[in-house]
Amino acid sequence: MEISEVPQDMPDYQGRNNVRRLVYATDRQGRYTGVTSVGWDPEHIALKQAWEEVAGTLAETAEQVRQGRLSPLAWFMRKHLMDVPLLARYAGKWQWQVRRHLRPAVFRRLSPQTLQRYADVFQVTAAELQSFDGERTS
Amino acid sequence: MSKVDFIHSQHAHCESGVTANLLRHAGIQISEPMAFGIGAGLFFAHVPFLKVSGTPATTFRTWPGAVFKRVTQRLHVTVHTEKFRTPEKAMAALDNALDNGIPVGMQGGVFYLPYLPEVFRFHFNAHNLVVYGKEEGQYLVSDPVLEYTTTITPDDLARARFAKGLPEPKGFMYYVIDAPKQVDYTQAIRQGIAQTCFFMLSPPLRWFGNKAIFLLADRIRKYPRKLTPRRASLYLGNIIRMQEEIGTGGGGFRYLYAAFLQEAGTLLQRDDLQQYAAKLTEIGDSWRSFAYHAARLVKDRQTDVVSYNDLSDMLREIGAKEKAVFEEMRKIQW
Repeated sequence: MEISEVPQDMPDYQGRNNVRRLVYATDRQGRYTGVTSVGWDPEHIALKQAWEEVAGTLAETAEQVRQGRLSPLAWFMRKHLMDVPLLARYAGKWQWQVRRHLRPAVFRRLSPQTLQRYADVFQVTAAELQSFDGERTS
Repeated sequence: MSKVDFIHSQHAHCESGVTANLLRHAGIQISEPMAFGIGAGLFFAHVPFLKVSGTPATTFRTWPGAVFKRVTQRLHVTVHTEKFRTPEKAMAALDNALDNGIPVGMQGGVFYLPYLPEVFRFHFNAHNLVVYGKEEGQYLVSDPVLEYTTTITPDDLARARFAKGLPEPKGFMYYVIDAPKQVDYTQAIRQGIAQTCFFMLSPPLRWFGNKAIFLLADRIRKYPRKLTPRRASLYLGNIIRMQEEIGTGGGGFRYLYAAFLQEAGTLLQRDDLQQYAAKLTEIGDSWRSFAYHAARLVKDRQTDVVSYNDLSDMLREIGAKEKAVFEEMRKIQW
């Protein structure tokens, strides 16, 4: 890739701050040098897709929490881009325990200590974690 | 309160960037490509059954921590590395090093680095950065993928250093203790190139090295038949991100490696290395072209068999080209 071919495609979606990154390209004599770039459309497309997937899953989860099929824990897990194995690592629980806690009936009976552990992982209060009803979508 | 006079330079990749910046601080004038090449950073692996956030694991680089370790070994630099049980111990050790005027490299989870734009913050735990001081309760950070230096609170840094998942940094930190006045690049370059050829050509398993490019090609051919359109498109998107998004310098580190071969060729006055550099550049261009076409499929949500077959053919061609180059390079007479 020559310096003149280094793409400078401005990202067309929100949240991608204007960060310029270094790529390596060649000058007319074929000598390599670092060039800063705001980005390239293919990478923007892929990144955008990844976040759309996150947003889609989060919306589905919120809906299931609203319908009482999943506990608020599921929404916070998705919000923090986690899955069951990762949340289990952070909370210091077994995966089967976390999976049980995703059930509303089990979640409602959680001890204050366990609830607090999850709240710490998500950096919220236990009350915030409990009171989420699927309506807030931010 | 302590602050080290540390010169921050922006680089393409976090680990080779941190390595170059730390070595320069220790008096060894080394570029990022040189650090990447001597550290044998180039690699390829595709492990379909290992899922990262639901998509098959693909990488264009060697495992985290390897570049720093190999470069310092090959240049006979004395280093200190340490992992910790608790954040308290890890942060105390950091403060101690800073008080002694030492800039400290460390691994951390991107998700817990608030100074990075939110869009980059997935759970990726093998990011590298340098902390070079503490002022007004904030750590001073030189993150090589950024143009400028930044700061982070102790709480956030502790979280990042103890991120969970794969891999777990466990507060891993490293710094240079002593660097030689004169370094012998000839031997180090030889070892770096030999190791990259070895890792590309020798693994007997099809998930690692050059063979994995062909494996990925075969998988992509099957995507339209085996996966839902949404999955297929997500899998492709993930490959593009691994190749272009995460600080590879373009073309899945191939340009960065070409820049290394070129610099090594100039330093050692060897035309053959210059020629290999030119070939790697062409291969980098082919990877870019692959990403470009893959991204079009992602965008248009196409799932027709023909386009996936085309992508698969492009990969096979790239795999064959890379194989040829590394086989020639393996036979270099020094």
